[in-house]
Amino acid sequence: MKEFGGRIIGLDRSDINTDEIIPAKYLTEINREALKPYLLEDLKLDGFDPASDDLAGARVILTRANFGCGSSREHAVWAFEVNGINMVIAESFARIFRQNMFNCGMLAIELAADDIARIFQFDGNLTAAVEVDKGVLSISDGTAAMEFSFTLNDFERDLVKAGGWLAYADAKY
Amino acid sequence: MGKTITEKIFSTHLRDTPSPGNYVLDIDVVMCHEITTPGAILDLETRGIDRVFDPARIKAVIDHVTPSKDSKTATQAKILRDWAGRHNIVDFFDIGSNGVCHALFPEKGFIRPGYTVIMGDSHTCTHGAFGAFAAGVGTTDLEVGILKGVCSFREPESILVEINGSLADGVGAKDVILKIIREITVNGATNMVMEFRGEVIDAMSMEARMTLCNMAIEAGGTCGICPPDQTTAEYLFPFMKDEAGSVEGLAECFRDFHSDPDAVYRKTFTLEVADLAPQVTWGYKPDEVRDIGDMAGTPVDQVYIGSCTNGRIEDLRAAARILKDKKIVAGVRGILAPATPKVYSQAMEEGIIKIFMDAGFCVTNPTCGACLGMSNGVLAAGEVCASTTNRNFNGRMGKGGMVHLMNPMSAAAAAVTGEITDPRDMI
Ligand code: SF4
Repeated sequence: MKEFGGRIIGLDRSDINTDEIIPAKYLTEINREALKPYLLEDLKLDGFDPASDDLAGARVILTRANFGCGSSREHAVWAFEVNGINMVIAESFARIFRQNMFNCGMLAIELAADDIARIFQFDGNLTAAVEVDKGVLSISDGTAAMEFSFTLNDFERDLVKAGGWLAYADAKY
Repeated sequence: MGKTITEKIFSTHLRDTPSPGNYVLDIDVVMCHEITTPGAILDLETRGIDRVFDPARIKAVIDHVTPSKDSKTATQAKILRDWAGRHNIVDFFDIGSNGVCHALFPEKGFIRPGYTVIMGDSHTCTHGAFGAFAAGVGTTDLEVGILKGVCSFREPESILVEINGSLADGVGAKDVILKIIREITVNGATNMVMEFRGEVIDAMSMEARMTLCNMAIEAGGTCGICPPDQTTAEYLFPFMKDEAGSVEGLAECFRDFHSDPDAVYRKTFTLEVADLAPQVTWGYKPDEVRDIGDMAGTPVDQVYIGSCTNGRIEDLRAAARILKDKKIVAGVRGILAPATPKVYSQAMEEGIIKIFMDAGFCVTNPTCGACLGMSNGVLAAGEVCASTTNRNFNGRMGKGGMVHLMNPMSAAAAAVTGEITDPRDMI
């Protein structure tokens, strides 16, 4: 199983699409590592700088609704993975992106809109920790912490534990 | 309780229910292109399981960047080509016979009512036009599809989209779907199949139904789906002669893939199209849509006609109606990419290619090309494109470029005037 948790970076916008996460011109790369410098290069978000240290040190993405819409490119998930980001917390996900995350053994966690708003209001340097089996997510600013519960079904939990769908399916079908 | 078309397809293809609400389905057709498949191929090789579940049920095409533009795209093409060769994938389409996947594969008769279809491409939803369950997936799903012939999905809920009335001249399937997305938003159909029904659908050609289903993903939909009928039967009869003696007989068989009258939908959306104007996007999301009149006068630098949305013969015919005996205005570039070789040669026979060329269009080979900003007409920063494609995302056709999505007649009208123009004024 992958390691989950660490410093959070907020992308405070809905409908962030996979072209914004990794533009098509980089889809000619066959080596996933090569995607590393281009993560979120075309993201339209005020004040966001893809070259900043914020992104470089991030391990968790916090965002709003319909994250990962548009193109099916799994390169979007790989671009996060090679940057050390194994977990996205959002109000909701586009279907293909969400499935790609679990297929790669990564975590896509859905929280209610109010909870997402509360985390965005929580100032300072936030870190996330997660207990996959219990479905508990805790968000801390170093002094105080908030806890949230999230739901994964058995299948999703099994995918995360197996390290992805290929390993799971190859063993089972 | 009655079932929707999608629920019927799920029950006939169910392989496993790994947990309540998750369904692993047997897949009838796994389609591959050279951008998202090489990652799957290389991973299978690395794992020492370079196998395919059934070469006859795998279809492959080099379409996104073709002919290759540089060493990297040539390598991607080569990986797919070599793989298709070593696994005897007979339905593999390369230079000379290749075209945009979602236009090419239906033309070959590969998609049938009741099928399950996956591809590493979000616009796989297009194939639901035939009454199939067709979904775009990522590379890992594609990889498992290639290896095992299965794919997992969540609850097959549907949204019923009922479209009534009749479309005015100059208004087409593109406008209907843009209007729907405008109303239900970019995630209005997330995790749901959009089942299209009503008078407008009944009257639509297969080409128009494909345009409609193509953009279901822009509302977040898993698949668009149309009930297969007489029109579907006419289109597929040449490929299915052995299964039914007549078109009528085939249409009758297709009734198995209609939703039951008491089927249950998550929600219903109805649209009356009598007063529908051509639609155009104004922003960076496909639900940022206005009536064309409200965008009229917006200057454009390039006009792009093609793609899996609007690069079929009907689309070219529609655009040619506007372009006949006219010229592209100075300062505007026009690019036509017929979606498939068949479309291209048919357009030549009908004199349509000549109309485009006389107007000053550059006619490229069938390819995705500029649609995703990889080749054949990428925009410079600050440039504006009137496009018949399906995505207006920031940077989609080139970093810093702006894309306005519209129907082929509207795009042709913009080429003539140099600005967004209501095509109804030019017919
Ligand atoms: S034409 Fe555009 S949207 Fe269609 S498959 Fe090609 S890149 Fe994708």
